[in-house]
Amino acid sequence: MPDSPAATALKAQFPQATDRASSDHAAVHLPAADVVAALRFLRDTQGFDHLADVTAIDWAEGASPRFTAVYHLHSTTSHDYIRVTADCTGDDASPAVPSVVSLWPGANWHERECYDMFGIKFEGHPDLRRILMWDGYPYHPLRKEFPLAGIETALPDIEVAEETNAKVIPAPMAGGPFVASSGEMNLTEAEPRAKDESWNERKEKPE
Amino acid sequence: MATEMTFPDSAAKGANAEQEFSPEKMSLSMGPSHPSTHGVLRLQMEIDGEVLTKCDPIVGYLHRGDEKIAENMTYNQFVPYTDRLDYLAPLANNMAYAIAVERLVKLEVPARCQAIRVLTAEMARISAHLMGLGAFGLDVGAWTVLVHSLNQREHLYKLFEELTGARFTTSYTRIGGVSRDVPAGWLDGVKAFCDQFEPALEEILALLTRNKIFLDRTVGVGVITKADALAYGLTGPNLRGSGVALDLRKDKPYSGYEQYEFDVPVGSTGDSYDRYLCRGEEMRQSVRIIRQVLAKFPGGDWYAKDARKIFAPPKDKILTSMEELIQNFMIVTEGPQIPAGEVYFEAENPKGVLGFFIVSKGGGVPWRMKIRSPSFCNLSILPKVCAGAMISDVVTLLGSLDFVMGECDR
Amino acid sequence: MASPNTEIAFDSKVEGEVIVSRLDTVVNWIRTNSVWPMPMGLACCAIELMAVGNGRFDIARFGAEVMRFSPRQADCMIVAGTVTYKMAPHVRRIYDQMASPKWVIAMGACASSGGMYRSYATLQGVDRIIPVDVYVSGCPPRPEALLDALIKLQNKIKREPATKNLFVA
Repeated sequence: MPDSPAATALKAQFPQATDRASSDHAAVHLPAADVVAALRFLRDTQGFDHLADVTAIDWAEGASPRFTAVYHLHSTTSHDYIRVTADCTGDDASPAVPSVVSLWPGANWHERECYDMFGIKFEGHPDLRRILMWDGYPYHPLRKEFPLAGIETALPDIEVAEETNAKVIPAPMAGGPFVASSGEMNLTEAEPRAKDESWNERKEKPE
Repeated sequence: MATEMTFPDSAAKGANAEQEFSPEKMSLSMGPSHPSTHGVLRLQMEIDGEVLTKCDPIVGYLHRGDEKIAENMTYNQFVPYTDRLDYLAPLANNMAYAIAVERLVKLEVPARCQAIRVLTAEMARISAHLMGLGAFGLDVGAWTVLVHSLNQREHLYKLFEELTGARFTTSYTRIGGVSRDVPAGWLDGVKAFCDQFEPALEEILALLTRNKIFLDRTVGVGVITKADALAYGLTGPNLRGSGVALDLRKDKPYSGYEQYEFDVPVGSTGDSYDRYLCRGEEMRQSVRIIRQVLAKFPGGDWYAKDARKIFAPPKDKILTSMEELIQNFMIVTEGPQIPAGEVYFEAENPKGVLGFFIVSKGGGVPWRMKIRSPSFCNLSILPKVCAGAMISDVVTLLGSLDFVMGECDR
Repeated sequence: MASPNTEIAFDSKVEGEVIVSRLDTVVNWIRTNSVWPMPMGLACCAIELMAVGNGRFDIARFGAEVMRFSPRQADCMIVAGTVTYKMAPHVRRIYDQMASPKWVIAMGACASSGGMYRSYATLQGVDRIIPVDVYVSGCPPRPEALLDALIKLQNKIKREPATKNLFVA
């Protein structure tokens, strides 16, 4: 577990902060309520002036905590990175963390993307709407229960949908990514197969 | 959809009273299929005459679900998808991705592999900047630049094809190495390219650098201040054009960049012209790096030999030895065995900093992979910079930001 | 004895100035050699599309170098790249705005079938929303492959009942 002066200073300032396992940079885990104050502390006193990335991790359906928000900061002077994480509050349907747009305006799009992909509400975000999928898309695709192939829904444009009879359909995955499962299981099940089986030789292709 | 105009009611009413003509806003949608948006970016603009009062970029028209796809396949299977992020510089993406996963394994690749990766990444940088320059020239009305730069790109494509078998969807790296060693005589080809490229580059840049029309269109247009550039997370030539000397190749060297000498060009005012100058100079520096790599091209292994659960052995060994055959089978079916952990790696790509955040729970498939794309962050500053700009300057600004939608939307 | 029909008999004086042919052939000949493409450059394939337009491959040899971003002035939409569901309605709108006769080339695996992007966001083949005349395989196709597709399209245009369509439509 690499440690850095910035992480030590942060832990001194915020006693509730804990170390987080990491394979490279210093990483600190915080309660969601402290995120804004901690990031401000890092930006103003530790020189982490560049917000590299805001994202989230879904720890599978039913996991607790289910969603973790991840912030990566970079310092343009010391060229160090630090990873700050916080578990989202709220239930699975509407997890929430405070927004950091007030600290870095660049967080705006990152948080919108997170909201789009995971449905995480960034409290205090000035304009929280979808960014990659279209407005009105009913799902949050990067959640673990959402299949890679997608779920049937309507096209974003009603006129074109009527004209063409096209709609958003689950992608045919029978030729999809093949991944073997390692571990103790019988040979048939351990065979490489598409992880996502919207349709295969036994199940009808949804059309 | 080229342009779509809607007029406010009061403007349509005509007007008897003079005050009816008082500032009325019009909304103008530019894109997602528009020659100057370089792909499928859409700008929803509110304009007052020729001046923009508001600009809302709408991205996601090329969102293909790369991150979700990554969660469903092994590490090596994802390599082809990294090609198609920034499809102007696939070799640089390949390298960034491979190094990110290798950081998770704490695997060091041999010097020869590092040199090959640096060499290809710098060639990719040249090819990406050439396209950027050509398209930028085209945006401000200089067609010739594009023709010249595409000609040079064809030379590069020929080299890429000899090395990887594809013109630009190269899929060249593997976790722990590259897919094959450099072919015989290829390095001479690279050297020959450099020799003819240096004068050709000066010729291309001479078409723009002191061109009166180009200067009028770009100097002082689309100024991004240092503070704004940092606050919005800009990276790459766009950040350096604004005067921040941040280049990860120098500041946080990876893949042996610390052995090579090169300068980091930095702009002074942060306008479109500065960003253009930065790109031009970066190409010269890339040639410099390539020449250094060629001068001391190391021998030895070109893949991590001891990483038996990561890198598949060469084909001739697979066909003759049982152990290697099993090793290859395991890597192909279950993926390279990567330990659990979290890693975030950023590489200096042509467009800016490309970052991979990988969460692994062990095994051959990542649990979560976030791609931090430079174009996405670079575009997020548009609403701030566009406000108050003229419509024609937006085209210049877009050209000078040099983004790729494949990477922006992932 | 002189022929009573000298006017319509073969007159060697106009030889080389008059060509007798079917109207279809003439119309198709004109259309074949001036296919103006609408470059629907969506993703990676657009880069190869640009390569085709330039020196080395030179699509001008086949009379199709006039890339028109305005659908009204184009005959053939080259769908180059991944069509996502978000983009699909726009592609269809632009296709609708093109004047007849119009043709479509689906360039590359993504446009033809969704390609390697079997995911929630990608339209699995542009033929679900617009009719496609020529599919080009490859990811991306080589420039030569696109030229081949263009030649195939030209052969297809040559066989069309052009005048009949004129009165039907």
